[in-house]
Amino acid sequence: MQKIVLEMDGIRTHFPLYRGLIVRRQRGQVRAVDGVSLSLAKGEVLGLVGESGCGKSTLARTIIHLAPPTAGKLFLHGADVTNPSPENLAAVRSNVQMIFQDPYASLDPRMTVFDIIAEAVLIKNRLSRKKLTGKVVALMEQVGLAPEFILKYPHEFSGGQRQRIAIARTLAMNPEIIIADEPVSALDVSIQAQIINLMAHLCRQRGLAMLFISHDLSVVKHVSMRIAVMYLGKIMETGPSEDIFAGPRHPYTKALLSAMPVADPEKERSRKRIILPGDPPSPINPPPGCPFHPRCPFAQKKCASTIPPLEPCADKPEQSAACVRKYDDELTG
Amino acid sequence: MMKPDRKNGTSLYRDAVYRLTKNRAAVVGFFCLIVLLVLSALAPLIAPYSFSAQDLALGASPPGPRHWLGTDILGRDLLTRVLYGGQISFLVGFSATAVSLVIGVLYGTVSGYCGGKTDAAMMRFIDIMYAFPFTIFVIILMVFFGRNIVLLFCAIGAVEWLTMARIIRGQVLTLKKQEYIEAAVAMGLSLHKIVLRHLIPNVLGPIIVYTTLTIPQVMLLEAFLSFLGLGVQPPMSSWGLLVKEGADSMEQYWWLLIFPGLALSITLFSLNFLGDGLRDALDPRTAKD
Ligand SMILES: Nc1ncnc2c1ncn2[C@@H]1O[C@H](COP(=O)(O)OP(=O)(O)OP(=O)(O)O)[C@@H](O)[C@H]1O
Ligand SMILES: [Mg+2]
Repeated sequence: MQKIVLEMDGIRTHFPLYRGLIVRRQRGQVRAVDGVSLSLAKGEVLGLVGESGCGKSTLARTIIHLAPPTAGKLFLHGADVTNPSPENLAAVRSNVQMIFQDPYASLDPRMTVFDIIAEAVLIKNRLSRKKLTGKVVALMEQVGLAPEFILKYPHEFSGGQRQRIAIARTLAMNPEIIIADEPVSALDVSIQAQIINLMAHLCRQRGLAMLFISHDLSVVKHVSMRIAVMYLGKIMETGPSEDIFAGPRHPYTKALLSAMPVADPEKERSRKRIILPGDPPSPINPPPGCPFHPRCPFAQKKCASTIPPLEPCADKPEQSAACVRKYDDELTG
Repeated sequence: MMKPDRKNGTSLYRDAVYRLTKNRAAVVGFFCLIVLLVLSALAPLIAPYSFSAQDLALGASPPGPRHWLGTDILGRDLLTRVLYGGQISFLVGFSATAVSLVIGVLYGTVSGYCGGKTDAAMMRFIDIMYAFPFTIFVIILMVFFGRNIVLLFCAIGAVEWLTMARIIRGQVLTLKKQEYIEAAVAMGLSLHKIVLRHLIPNVLGPIIVYTTLTIPQVMLLEAFLSFLGLGVQPPMSSWGLLVKEGADSMEQYWWLLIFPGLALSITLFSLNFLGDGLRDALDPRTAKD
């Protein structure tokens, strides 16, 4: 087992909802992230999947201290960094960096590529002008950008190239952990594989840990060693990538997998899709008990009242599921 | 040829100057403005007459070889009065706008960036100030402090910053949700660097445009205040006041309206062209080359 670098323990991030213009009263809260415990080992790529609005971005923003958690703890190398002091915050921040979903919004339109990357380089070390330029050029080459683009502005690049600039900026901070929030979902399908491969290559080369977020299982499949499936602010299932794809233990994971197209046309035709009834419930009024039970084809009576904890499966300790039934054969019916 | 090893952070402004020089309307506007400014500043040296010298026997005379722009009812040389009036108008226009700019930008940035209850309270205060009748405010000032040109700046600055603050707040509000600001925060960039390198450059466009619109507005407001008796006192004058007087007698003496009006309009157009040019120059996305 590799060394754990990042650990989340029961992270909850709720947003209060207010009513009234002058006298503001709290009306309720959005339970965007509702008790997530995950860990990330050195050099590991963990894929986080879930439908739109299940709280993936909020979890990412909590990890990089942009949205403070309501409850739970966050550990970096075993040290509690849930509420870091202002002095520690800078150190913690430079160690965990995020790549954003929209490469059109995450780069300042009024800065050249040089300024964007140099700004990140200069946070950690003071460099002479000449060394700085050399460093920026080196970073650009590492992400596959030609150095002659150094004085261009973001709007002059395509989406894929912009995401490369964002990756170079992230690498310039020399982080140990990268949070990638749907880094390819705004890109052309033809470009997606290139960017994913680049990110996987850089992580392997530098021994970085990465939390790779996506709403698409097929995107996560290639890069991730482990996968966590999220639904309505909670983790439904987690385990090694192959095991999850080979034998999902949670009905929700099974439904997600069944929605994935298969390359083999023969199999594709015989593929049985599980169509989930209804929409995901609102995180303002989550259903009691298991959050998935109103849509679950295997729901039992007790699912409506008890929240099943995320526990390792008896026969497969490395795979955990938050469901009252945890055996593959039970899910075929 | 530009090299990447130039001073960090200045590239936007350097590129902007380059793009501005390519914009003909902005360059022409800039030169007109400079010419008017220099002429006004040099009024004591180049004006053919004293601004208060009357020639009652001559009275109002049309433009001619002795008085290039004619004279007013009291026989005062209009060219001289336009030159001296420019001094007051530019002084009031620039300083009152500067006052409103400083207050408005600070107030708006704080309100927008802090958000929440602070923002709500600060904006309600602005609403209350808006509802306050300006004329009554001026009369109260006059009663308490008497006639005074410094007071004029304060009075104008006190109304003009309200709109500026609202515009800036709106801009900052949308900007702070931008991912590149969040990325800067996540990198651990300090607050003053975020404000200086990301927030300000990105709100500069609207600030500049609104500033160039405020200056002529302030010049006209000054005319109104001078008319009430606060501010410029006869025989001193300003463009705003000259236009007002000219408008009263334009049926008989057209030149009294045309020339001060021309000076004011040229200033207004020049400022607008320059402002538009600056906004475009500061946005790399509008660059054509
Ligand atoms: N600042 C906020 N204030 C209130 N509610 C919020 C806030 N940010 C997010 N939410 C809510 O939290 C829930 C989770 O949002 P989040 O952006 O984390 O989802 P996501 O899984 O990233 O979705 P997507 O795949 O669309 O990016 C949503 O219902 C959203 O409306
Ligand atoms: Mg998201």
